[in-house]
Amino acid sequence: MTDTAVQRTDARYTWGGDEFLFVEIAEAMSLAANYKANAMAALLTARSLPGVTDICPANASLLLRFNPDILPPDRLEAEVRGVEDEVAHSSHQTLDTRIIEVPVWYDDPYTRETGARFRKGHQRPEGTDLDFAAEENGLASPAEFIRRHHESPWLVSMVGFVAGLPFMFQIVPQKDQLEVPKYLSPRTDTPALTVGHGGCFACIYSVRGAGGYQMFGIAAAPIFDPAQRLADFRDFMIFFRPGDIVKFRPVEEAEYREIQAQVDAGTYTYRQAPVVFDLQRALDDPAAYNKDLLERLHGN
Amino acid sequence: MAINILEPGLATTVQDQGRPGYYNVGIPQGGAMDSLSAEMANALAGNTAAEAVLECTYLGPKFTTDADAVIAVAGAPVDVKVNGEPRPQWSRLELAAGDEVSFGMLRGGTRYYVAVSGGIDVPVVLGSRSTYTLGAVGGFEGRALKAGDTLPVGTAIDVGTGGSERTEFEEALRPSFDKEVTVRVLPGLYDHRLTEEGLDTLLSATWTLTPVADRTGLRYSGPDIAWKPRTQPFGAGSDPSNIVDAGYAVGSIQIPGGKEPIVLHRDAVSGGGYAMVATVISADMDLLARSAPGTKTSFRAVTLEEALTARAEGREARSRIWG
Repeated sequence: MTDTAVQRTDARYTWGGDEFLFVEIAEAMSLAANYKANAMAALLTARSLPGVTDICPANASLLLRFNPDILPPDRLEAEVRGVEDEVAHSSHQTLDTRIIEVPVWYDDPYTRETGARFRKGHQRPEGTDLDFAAEENGLASPAEFIRRHHESPWLVSMVGFVAGLPFMFQIVPQKDQLEVPKYLSPRTDTPALTVGHGGCFACIYSVRGAGGYQMFGIAAAPIFDPAQRLADFRDFMIFFRPGDIVKFRPVEEAEYREIQAQVDAGTYTYRQAPVVFDLQRALDDPAAYNKDLLERLHGN
Repeated sequence: MAINILEPGLATTVQDQGRPGYYNVGIPQGGAMDSLSAEMANALAGNTAAEAVLECTYLGPKFTTDADAVIAVAGAPVDVKVNGEPRPQWSRLELAAGDEVSFGMLRGGTRYYVAVSGGIDVPVVLGSRSTYTLGAVGGFEGRALKAGDTLPVGTAIDVGTGGSERTEFEEALRPSFDKEVTVRVLPGLYDHRLTEEGLDTLLSATWTLTPVADRTGLRYSGPDIAWKPRTQPFGAGSDPSNIVDAGYAVGSIQIPGGKEPIVLHRDAVSGGGYAMVATVISADMDLLARSAPGTKTSFRAVTLEEALTARAEGREARSRIWG
C-alpha cells in the first residue's frame, strides 16, 4: 500500500456472532488505516450509543461489542457506516493524543538470558534476537538496529492481546519499517516489560507469559499496575491507549537501576506531553514531523 | 461471615457476570464460563444473578464456613459432601458453622459452581468481582484460590430486593453435560480466506475437544483445513492464516496454520494475528464451557437472524430460573 491519506474506500463489515461487529478497514497495515480505526473509535465513543459495550480499535480494523437486545445489528451497522463516512470526509485528519518517553535497556542480560533459553528451534540458533533482526533488515550491526529502533517515534496502533500490551507502528515511510519474523514456535515464557518485535510491530509485554515476538530489551518502568501505586496509574491501571505516540530512549544499567529505585519508591513518572497527531504531516514528511513531535516532548 | 479454604482444588476462582467495557485495552469480559449453571447456583442460594460464586474446574475445593450459611452447587455432575455425608446438587443446602464441604470426582463436564447466600464479597475491580488471573485483576487477590485463603461473604439478600426463594431445580430444568454436542456458529469475519472445501470441512466434520481447554479458549482436533494461498498484505505475517493483528470476537474460531481450531472463551486474548472464520453464537457459549476433553463437537452454521432467535429463547429459558 502506498502512503496516502485517509482511505476513502469502503471498509468491510462482518459479524462476529450476535454480539460483535468487525470492520476491516484495510488488509494491509498503514498509518492511514490505523488513523481511520482510531478516528472511528473516537467518534463512536463520543456518541455513547446505548447497547455498545466495547469499542476496540486495532491496527487496521475496528471491533465493536454490542447487546443486540438493546441495539439491533442493522441499526448498529448504520451508525458505524455513518461514522466511517464522517471520518472519510472530515477535512482535518487529526487526533488529540500525547507523546511519551519510554526508557529501555537494550541488549540487557535479562533479555539475553530469556533468549538463550529458547534458542532451540529459533531461526538463528546462534547469537541473539538482535543479531537476527539486524541481519533480516540488512543492517551492519545490532547497534545500528537499536539506533533505528529508538530514533523515530512509534504510534500505539492497538492495545490488547493481554491487559495493557501496546502494539506500535513506527512513524517512518514503509521502506524504512523494521520487519522481523516472529519466533517459529512461541516461547512459553517472556518476562514482563520485554520490548518485542513481530512483523512490522513493536510491543512491550505487559505481563509475564507466552510470546512469539523477537526480544530486544527491557523497559525500565511499569506499563500495567493493577495496584495503581504510581501517579501515572492513579486514574487507570493501564498506561497506554491507542493513538499514544512512544519515543524509546536507550538507557544503560545505572540509569535502569535508578529508574527501578524510583519505581520502588513510588515516585517515578513518565516524561510526556500533549500533542495532536496529524496524519497528513506524518505521511508527507515523517522526518520533519517526528522532529516536531520530539520538540514537544522536550518542552521546546 | 467468611469461607475458609482448606484445599483449593485445581483452578478455583471467584467469578460473577463479568467485566464488560475494558476489552479495548486487553482486559477480557471474564465471568462464569457456564453462565447458566452459575446463575442457577445463585438462585438456589437465595441470591440474584449478580452475586459472585466459586467456579470449580475438574477438582473442587474443601472448605468450611465460620457461621451458619446457605450454599448451593450447580453445574457439572459431582458428588457433594458435607462432613463426609452425601448431599444433593441443584438444591439449597443449609450449613452449620464449621461444617466441612468437599467434592468427589466429576462424572462429566468440566466446571461446577458453588454459590453462597450473600455472594463472595471480594472487592469490585473495574465493575466486577471476576478473577482475571493473567492480569492479576479482580477475584481474590487476582488469582486462583490457595489453601488458607479466607473469602469474605456478603450479607444475605432479602427476598423483597430480588433474593431468590427457589430451593431446588427439577432435572428437566438443568443443563445437560453430554459427550456429543452441536454448537451453532455464524460464519463470517475472514471465512472468505478459507477454501470452499476448508469452510465445508469446518462445518461438517466431527471435532474432538483436546485437553488444551481453559478460560481463554478451547482447542479441537480433527481434519486439516485449507486456507487459500495468497500474497500476504504488508504487516500480516507469512502464513495464509495470518492477518494484520486485529481484535478477536469472544467465541470466534481461528485455525492457525490450518490445524486444530481454537474457540476463544470468556478470558479471551483480545486480539492477535490469526484470521477468525466463524463465531459461536451467544446462546451456545455455555455449551462449550460444559464440554469435557474428548467431547465430540459439530459446528453448525446458522444465520444472524437464527442466532438472535436462539438468543431470545435462551433469555426466555433463563427467566424461568427466577420464576
